[in-house]
Amino acid sequence: MGQIKLNQVTKSFGDVEVIPPLDLTIEDGEFTVFVGPSGCGKSTLLRLIAGLEDISSGHIDINGSDATNVPPAKRGLAMVFQSYALYPHMSVRKNIAFPMRMAGIDEAEQNRRIEAAAKALNLTDYLERRPGQLSGGQRQRVAIGRAIVREPAAFLFDEPLSNLDAALRVGMRLEISELHKRLETTMIYVTHDQVEAMTMADKIVVLRAGVIEQVGSPLDLYHAPRNEFVAGFIGSPKMNLIKGAEAEKHGASTIGIRPEHTDVSMTDGMWKGRVGVAEHLGSDTFIHVHDTGLGDMITVRITGDIQAKHGDTIYLTPQLDKLHKFDANGLRAG
Amino acid sequence: MATQHSRSAARLMMAPAVILLLGWMLVPLIMTLMFSFKKYLPLRGGDLGWVGFENYVRFVSSSSFWPSVMATLIIVGGVLLITVVFGVLLALLLNQPMWGQGIVRILVIAPFFVMPTVSALVWKNMFMDPVNGLFAHLWRFFGATPIEWLSQASLQSIVMIVSWQWLPFATLILLTAIQSLDSEQLEAAEMDGAPPLKRFGYIILPHLGRAITVVVLIQTIFLLAVFAEIFVTTGGAFGTRTLTYLIYQRVLESQNVGLGSAGGVYAIILANIVAIFLMRAVGKNLDE
Repeated sequence: MGQIKLNQVTKSFGDVEVIPPLDLTIEDGEFTVFVGPSGCGKSTLLRLIAGLEDISSGHIDINGSDATNVPPAKRGLAMVFQSYALYPHMSVRKNIAFPMRMAGIDEAEQNRRIEAAAKALNLTDYLERRPGQLSGGQRQRVAIGRAIVREPAAFLFDEPLSNLDAALRVGMRLEISELHKRLETTMIYVTHDQVEAMTMADKIVVLRAGVIEQVGSPLDLYHAPRNEFVAGFIGSPKMNLIKGAEAEKHGASTIGIRPEHTDVSMTDGMWKGRVGVAEHLGSDTFIHVHDTGLGDMITVRITGDIQAKHGDTIYLTPQLDKLHKFDANGLRAG
Repeated sequence: MATQHSRSAARLMMAPAVILLLGWMLVPLIMTLMFSFKKYLPLRGGDLGWVGFENYVRFVSSSSFWPSVMATLIIVGGVLLITVVFGVLLALLLNQPMWGQGIVRILVIAPFFVMPTVSALVWKNMFMDPVNGLFAHLWRFFGATPIEWLSQASLQSIVMIVSWQWLPFATLILLTAIQSLDSEQLEAAEMDGAPPLKRFGYIILPHLGRAITVVVLIQTIFLLAVFAEIFVTTGGAFGTRTLTYLIYQRVLESQNVGLGSAGGVYAIILANIVAIFLMRAVGKNLDE
């Protein structure tokens, strides 16, 4: 059980309103990701749910009962911090045992859960070490272990992978997803990395300045972004947003076309441009096209390789059925 | 990368400082050692020749030796206990955000800037005077008979005065240590279900371990040599004669340089034993 419901929740620091009234329901067992640029209030929102910050008004319900004034320890939530927040003077075993010791669980049960968690997280050989003797990824797993043994109603992750290097991040991303499939516990995950959001989430909550811009599954957000902000934020490389005369031809204030939905030709097409930088990734090539007369630079993505040199003339044709249209307020039109 | 040439040049450059420092330390040390094996009474015949270990035996077998060791240990131990306990509490308090934090912190640190002689005199005359002291007035206000602090509770009084002087130092070091604690650790402990007292015991106190060892080490070195506070208050009477004070009395009041020097050598040995223990404790703590 782990349904979390936010009802008209607000948060102000002094006169500054960080989170205007906000409603959100996170269903039991769901992997929800809060994503947004830095300073959008996603970490604050997580800390409000955890109880580390008091909300200014509104209600938080956990499992159907009002938890607004319940202290963090009694909410049945476990949190994994960005800095891991391991206790440096305790061994890995004692770190993992700490929440159980505080809850007064008997020794045999403690050991059983520690062994189980250590086995699941590949930490069995490191139980007697101090956190200072572990690598970043191992520390991360200890922090997760400490959260698991509490058998919480929901896990809260606060940018847990941002201190790891790129290769390890991909590995841990999989491990956390794997863990979610196995435990089927509610997880709330905060990140600024839209790739993490897209790959892990059942449900993504896109935030900007404390306001929810869109809630939906990763593919909903990809195929039908509700506004220009979500369109630009979700997807990599970013969607090309084109304003002006070209947009008006399609009856919109702004049109958006994803780099992967643009056909490229060296001989003819809808838009003519000049090749800038081409990024060759092997499987894909990203070409930055300038001087198209459409305003900003256009990025296109081609599967495989293409022989396009800097300064070459290139023609682009958007796939019209994949075109996104936005009205003057930036909202999705049609 | 130092070449052979620059290394020898560096040695040459450093030589004056090293020689000066060595001389500064070695000359008094060797003179003390030399005097300790002599019968040397400046006002009663001067240098009366070598006497072997007689001074060492006499210093230890004197009836005031063991009480002076006890007095030293009580003062050092008492001050350490008070400054560490209250230092931790004050540091926790000062770490709380409050209005006028900067001024409060300066005020807390102020006693450290008062010279020992001055602060001991202020305590003696302003607070502990049995007729006109503030404590006497306080006691009388509640209808009690004022305590004659420096004679009835002489050791406690000295511990109090010295603690007052050293509390700011302990507080300052411990405050900086508390400020370096990662707040996410405390939040993690809070989420793990640790109430404030347990957060203190399991997270804050172990974090302060290193700073506490440093405070104990530095203070012990200085407290073993406490002198001015005793000199201006009790003058070594009422059981406040520490080892340092005993040596002073032997040399200057009894005019027996040989006997005092032997006491000085004992003090060096004692200080080194303490230092070895402390260094090992600190080393162990710093390794982790």
